[in-house]
Amino acid sequence: MAFTLPALPYSVNALAANNMQQETLELHHGKHHNAYVTALNGFVDANAALQGKTLEEIVKLSHGDASLAGVFNNAGQHWNHIIFWENMSPNGGGIPGKLEAKLIADFGSVQAFKDSFKTAATTQFGSGWAWLVQGADGKLKTTKTPNGSNPLATGEGKVLLGCDVWEHSYYLDFRNVRPAYVDNWLNKLANYEYAEAQLG
Amino acid sequence: MGAIGRRSVLLGAGLLPLLRISGAAAQAPGPFSLPPLGYAFEANEPHIDAQTMMIHHDRHHAAYVANLNAALKDYPQVAAMPLEAMLGKLAELPEPIRAAVRNNGGGHANHTMFWGVMGGKGGAPSGSLAEAITRDFGGLEALQGAFNKAGLGQFGSGWVFVTVAKDGKLGLVARPNQDTPLQDGARVLLGNDVWEHAYYLKYQNRRADYLAAWWNVLDWTRIAARFEAAKAGTLAI
Repeated sequence: MAFTLPALPYSVNALAANNMQQETLELHHGKHHNAYVTALNGFVDANAALQGKTLEEIVKLSHGDASLAGVFNNAGQHWNHIIFWENMSPNGGGIPGKLEAKLIADFGSVQAFKDSFKTAATTQFGSGWAWLVQGADGKLKTTKTPNGSNPLATGEGKVLLGCDVWEHSYYLDFRNVRPAYVDNWLNKLANYEYAEAQLG
Repeated sequence: MGAIGRRSVLLGAGLLPLLRISGAAAQAPGPFSLPPLGYAFEANEPHIDAQTMMIHHDRHHAAYVANLNAALKDYPQVAAMPLEAMLGKLAELPEPIRAAVRNNGGGHANHTMFWGVMGGKGGAPSGSLAEAITRDFGGLEALQGAFNKAGLGQFGSGWVFVTVAKDGKLGLVARPNQDTPLQDGARVLLGNDVWEHAYYLKYQNRRADYLAAWWNVLDWTRIAARFEAAKAGTLAI
């Protein structure tokens, strides 16, 4: 069965008041994400070894395989964007108690978590992603991946939050100023209820 | 060391006015400085908009220069090297600054080249460069097709380049992020930036349209000068 573009969990203008304008969301979801889904389906149609596999299985089996680089890029980006849309909310920015306690336990403070996440996001050179993950040891940590990669592929842990730092995520709203986009994302867009629900 | 940096920039950019580059270098807190465009931000309209040119040059390129100078602050022996030599010997550089030189030195070299091949009216090359393009690619249209395909296929941020060897042989390569053929000891005839910041304000997700339109702003006179300099062994970046 072909992969499909999931609907946004909010309207395309729902995040505008929090500095992600409608045009950004329309392009990002309707054009960029949709193109990844279309390309992925093309790869699956052409390769019997990929047919019948889940998205997670395709991400894992194509990771590190140069002959499947196109598959990995598009499968990874489909997986990443599914999370990204769920990771934002018109009521974003508020951190619920259980997650707040875990962030303080593992980073020292909520601000230390945000600083660590921002560093990951701003030091990812070129296109990629910043992540909050829960490692196999149960601890929360931040990390970053280039292009379409993700912690599912690298095995760095379970994703709680993923922030897209490809320029298409922020260029219409913030131009070259990625740090301002990341600050805004952490403080006004991030859906920490979603993140808390992923805690193991 | 400033003189070496300036000379590299000059050779890379072709025929830019000397005084303007020297003036910019005098203000730089480090060996490298942001070269002037050599033309107005509007010069590439309507194919590349003035706002994109301004942000791209004054902010993105300027940041690479500032970050490169900052990385070299405590490494005067590396800072004394010409940029192309630094990038050609990345593996020999001190480990703490290797990634910063690769990313920011590459960004400085790539963008300096980029401004230096644009600002023109497109059209077609002539003379020995046209002959080389026909010999190595089958003609300008064939080059454009292969080049645009490579640019479209570069997943994520990166560049697509035409390289030129000392014997005049041309090649086509794409590289991620700010990597450059200079890292392989090669020289760049021309190259197009396919980071989204190069085209997002005007073309959004339509990279293919940007790649197609970009040929309309090339300055083939300056590119031909790069071709001759490469064959003479004097093309730096």
